[in-house]
Amino acid sequence: MNALLELKNIRHAYGRQTVVNDLSLVLKKGAIGCLLGPSGCGKTTVLRCIAGFEPISTGEIALNGVVISSAGFVLPPERRHIGMVFQDYALFPHLTVLANVGFGLHRMQKTERAARIHEMLKTVGLVDVGGKYPHQLSGGQQQRVALARALAPKPDLLLLDEPFSNLDVTLRGRLSLEVRDILKSQNATAILVTHDQDEAFAIADEIGVMHQGEIQQWDTGYNLYHRPANRFVANFIGQGVFLPGKILDPHHVEIELGTLAGEVPHQCMPDCQLCREGNPVDVLIRPDDIVHDDASPLQAAVMHKAFRGADIMYTLRLPGGGTALSLVPSHHNHAIGEKIGIRLEADHVVAFSQSTSS
Amino acid sequence: MRDETLSSTETDSGTKNGFSSASSSAYRVSHGWRLIPFLVAAVVLVPVGTVISSLFVPAGDVWQHLVETTLAGLLVNTFWLAVGVSAGSALLGVSLAWFTAVCEFPGRKFFSWALLLPLAIPAYVTAFVALGLFDYIGPVQTALRAWLGPDRFWFPDIRSRLGVIIVMVLAFYPYVYLLARNAFLTQGKRSLEAAQSLGFNRTQGFFKLALPMARPWIAGGTMLALMETLADFGTVAVFNYDTFTTAIYKAWFAMFSLTAASQLASLLIVIVFAVIVVEQQFRSRMRYAETRQSAKATPIPLSGWRAWLVSGLASGTLFFSFLLPVMQLGIWAVGVIERDFDQRYVEFLWHSLLLSTFAALLTCAVALLMVYAARRYPDAATRGAVRISTIGYALPGAVLAVGIFIPIAWLDSWLSEMAMQLFHIETGLLIQGTLFTMLIAYMTRFLAVSHSPIDSAMQRVTGSIDEAAMGLGLSGWATLCRVHLPILKGGIFTAAALVFVDVMKEMPITLMTRPFGWDTLAVRIFEMTTEGQWEQAALPAVTLVLAGLLPLIFFMRQTES
Repeated sequence: MNALLELKNIRHAYGRQTVVNDLSLVLKKGAIGCLLGPSGCGKTTVLRCIAGFEPISTGEIALNGVVISSAGFVLPPERRHIGMVFQDYALFPHLTVLANVGFGLHRMQKTERAARIHEMLKTVGLVDVGGKYPHQLSGGQQQRVALARALAPKPDLLLLDEPFSNLDVTLRGRLSLEVRDILKSQNATAILVTHDQDEAFAIADEIGVMHQGEIQQWDTGYNLYHRPANRFVANFIGQGVFLPGKILDPHHVEIELGTLAGEVPHQCMPDCQLCREGNPVDVLIRPDDIVHDDASPLQAAVMHKAFRGADIMYTLRLPGGGTALSLVPSHHNHAIGEKIGIRLEADHVVAFSQSTSS
Repeated sequence: MRDETLSSTETDSGTKNGFSSASSSAYRVSHGWRLIPFLVAAVVLVPVGTVISSLFVPAGDVWQHLVETTLAGLLVNTFWLAVGVSAGSALLGVSLAWFTAVCEFPGRKFFSWALLLPLAIPAYVTAFVALGLFDYIGPVQTALRAWLGPDRFWFPDIRSRLGVIIVMVLAFYPYVYLLARNAFLTQGKRSLEAAQSLGFNRTQGFFKLALPMARPWIAGGTMLALMETLADFGTVAVFNYDTFTTAIYKAWFAMFSLTAASQLASLLIVIVFAVIVVEQQFRSRMRYAETRQSAKATPIPLSGWRAWLVSGLASGTLFFSFLLPVMQLGIWAVGVIERDFDQRYVEFLWHSLLLSTFAALLTCAVALLMVYAARRYPDAATRGAVRISTIGYALPGAVLAVGIFIPIAWLDSWLSEMAMQLFHIETGLLIQGTLFTMLIAYMTRFLAVSHSPIDSAMQRVTGSIDEAAMGLGLSGWATLCRVHLPILKGGIFTAAALVFVDVMKEMPITLMTRPFGWDTLAVRIFEMTTEGQWEQAALPAVTLVLAGLLPLIFFMRQTES
C-alpha cells in the first residue's frame, strides 16, 4: 500500500471544545482528496494539523511513513515539505509575481530557480504578468499565483484551503477544472477543503464528508450521492426528501409511490436489524427518482416550482400528504395547484431506520 | 457596460443618482458650502506662505549674527537629534511591536496596551522628570554619592545630546510601535505560515518577510516620530539643547527680531516638507500593501530565557517611559500640593480648560463643515483643498506661531490705521494677543487631528443610507438628526477629545501667541522648568498626564476589545 499521507485517530481541541474527533484517513500518492462539510465542521483544522500549524492531542499523522505529528510532537511546518494554498492566498503584497513564486526556492541556484519559476508560470498560464504585483491581478490570477508558489518547491503534498471561495461563481467552475488539470500534470498529491460540493466533485478523486469533527463517509462523489452512508451525508449531498416506507425483504422496500428494488441497505450486515421484514424505514428519494408521466395514475399536486432553464424543480404534495421533489424537463410547464402524473423510477434503495440519526 | 458606469458614478458621488431631484430638494444648501474647504485652506496657507516668503526677505543684522554664531550648531544639533530619535524609535518600536503582536511571553497581553501609555505624557514632562532625577543634584546621583562617596563613580551626563535623544525615543517610540504592531497583526499569521510552508523557519520569516512587508508602516511611524522631533519645543528647551524651534523663540522674544524668527522658521519648514514628501511616498505604498485582516494568530511561544529577556525589555521600556516619570511626578506633586494648589493653579487650569474647550469646539465644527462640503462636492479641487487644510499638523508650533503672528500684526495695524483715517479713533491693537489669534493658530495646527476621525465616521454614511432615509419619508433635517448625527457621534467625540488634549499640552503656540500674562498649565511648566524648579512644575504636569490618559484609555478600549 503506497499511502503518502496517513491520519490515525487524530484529535484536536481548542480549549474544551473538541474540533476534530478521532479522525482517520489515508491518501495515496497522486490522489486528490477533499474534505467537504459545512462551515465549523473542523475541516480547515484538519488541514492545519496536517500542515503543522496546529498540534494534535491524540493519534498521529504520517507522511511517507514518517510520523510528523503525534501527541506532544509537531515537526515544524517548514520541515514537512507540504505546500499550502491559503483561502485568502496570502500572497506577499510587496513582492512581484516572479518573486512570490520564487520565494520558496531559496535553496536553488539562480539559473535553476529562474527556470523553475518560468516553468510554473507557464503551467498556470501567467508568464506575461511576472513583473506585476499581486494587487494588480484579478482574483483568478492571484489564485493561480498562489497555486504556482505552493507547487514551485515540488512539495510532497499540497493543501488547498477553500481555494475558490473568494472568486465569483462562474470563475469558480472553470478554475476548479483547471486546477485539477494542473495538479494532475504535476503529479501532485493534494487535499482540498471546501464547503461547495460542486467544487469537490470537480476536483477530487475521493471526498470525505465531515460533520462535527468526524468524517461521516470517505468515498467517491458518485457514491456519496447515490449511496450515502447516513442521514447527514444524504441531506448534505444533493437534494432529496425522506419518505416513510416498509421493508418487504432485504431487496425490496415499499413506499407510497410503489416498490423499490435494490439492496437494503447497501452495506447490509448478516445480523442486520434494519432489513427485517415489515420494518418501518425512511427512504431517500432524489429529484431524479421521480419522473413526470402524464399517463401515470399516481397524481401529485404542484406546491412550488423553480424554473432552472433546462428543467423545472417541482415540489409536489403526494396523495398521502408527504412532499417530494421532482426534476422535470422545462417544456412540461404546470401551474401551482395543478395535479400532475408521476412515476417512481429508481434502481437502488437508500433507506435508514426511522427516527434515528443513521 | 452601461450599468457599470452608472453604478460607479453613483458610488463616487453619493447623492448624485437616480434620486438626485429628490435629494437636491431635501438638501437645498447655498453654494457657500462649496467655499468652506477653500476658505479653510486659505487660512492654513497664510502662515505657510508668510514663513516661506521670508526666505526671500533681505537678511537683517540679527540674521547675519545668527548665521555667524549659531546656525551651524542648530543644523548639527537638529541633524543628530533627527537621526538618533528616528533610529531609536524605529528599533525600540519595531521590536516591541513584533514581540507583542506575534510572540508569547510573560505579560504579553498587558504590555500590548501598556506600551502605549507614554503617549499620555508630553515629551517635555518626561524630559524635566529625567533631568530632575538624574542630574548632578538629583536624587539618584545624590544617593550614589552618599553610598559610594563623591567622585568615586562615573555617571553619564544626562544634559547631553544622548540624554535628549533617549528622552525623545522614550516619548515617541509608541508611534512606531502602534503602526508596526498594526502591520504585524494585519499581515497576520497567514503570511508567516505561507513562508513556513515554503520552508522558512520563523526567524527567517521575520527578516525575509514580516519586516519587508511592514516597511511602509514602520517608515510611516518613524516619520511621525521624526515630525514630532522636529516640531518639539518643550523638550529641547528644558535640556537647553538648541534646535530651530528654540532658536525661533529666542530670536523673537530675546532678540526681538520677528524677521530672524521667521527666517529660521522658513528653514525648518523646508526640512519638514522634505520629510512630508518622503512620508507621502511610503503612505501611497502602504495603501497597496494593505492586507486583509486574517484570523487571530496563535502567538509563537518564546522559550525560557528568551521570553524573560523580552519581558525585561518591555518592562524596562514601560518603567522608564511611563512608570518612573509618573511616580516621580506624584512624589513631587504630593510634596508641593499644600503650597501650589492655590488661586494661581486654579487660574492656569481654568485658562487651559477654556482654551482647549473652545479650540476643540472650533476645530471640530470646521472639520465637520469641511467633511460635509467634501461630501456634497466630491471633486478634485475640493479634495485638494481638504488636503491642504490638514497639512497644518506637520507644521511645528513655533513656525506656525510666527506665521500667524506676522499677518495678524499687519492686519491689526491696517485696521487701526483705517479706524484713525475714517473715524479718527485710537483703537490700539485689536486682534494681536487675543484668544482669537490663539484659536486660529490651534485650528490650523490641529484640524487634521479632528478631520480624520470625523471623516472616517462619515465614510460609513453612504449615499444609499441617505436614500434609505428618504425612502422611509425622512426630511433632510430629520435625516441629519436621526441618521447622520448618531453615526457621526463617536467620530466627533473622538475628534474633540484628541484636540482638547493636544491643545492642553501644546507649548510653543501658547507661549508665543498668548495675551500678556495669560498663563496656562503648559506655560507654567515651561517657566518653572527653564529655572530648574522641577517640583513646582509637577502639579500642572500631573494634570496634563491625567488629561492625556483619558482619550488614550478610551482609544485602547476601542481597539483591544
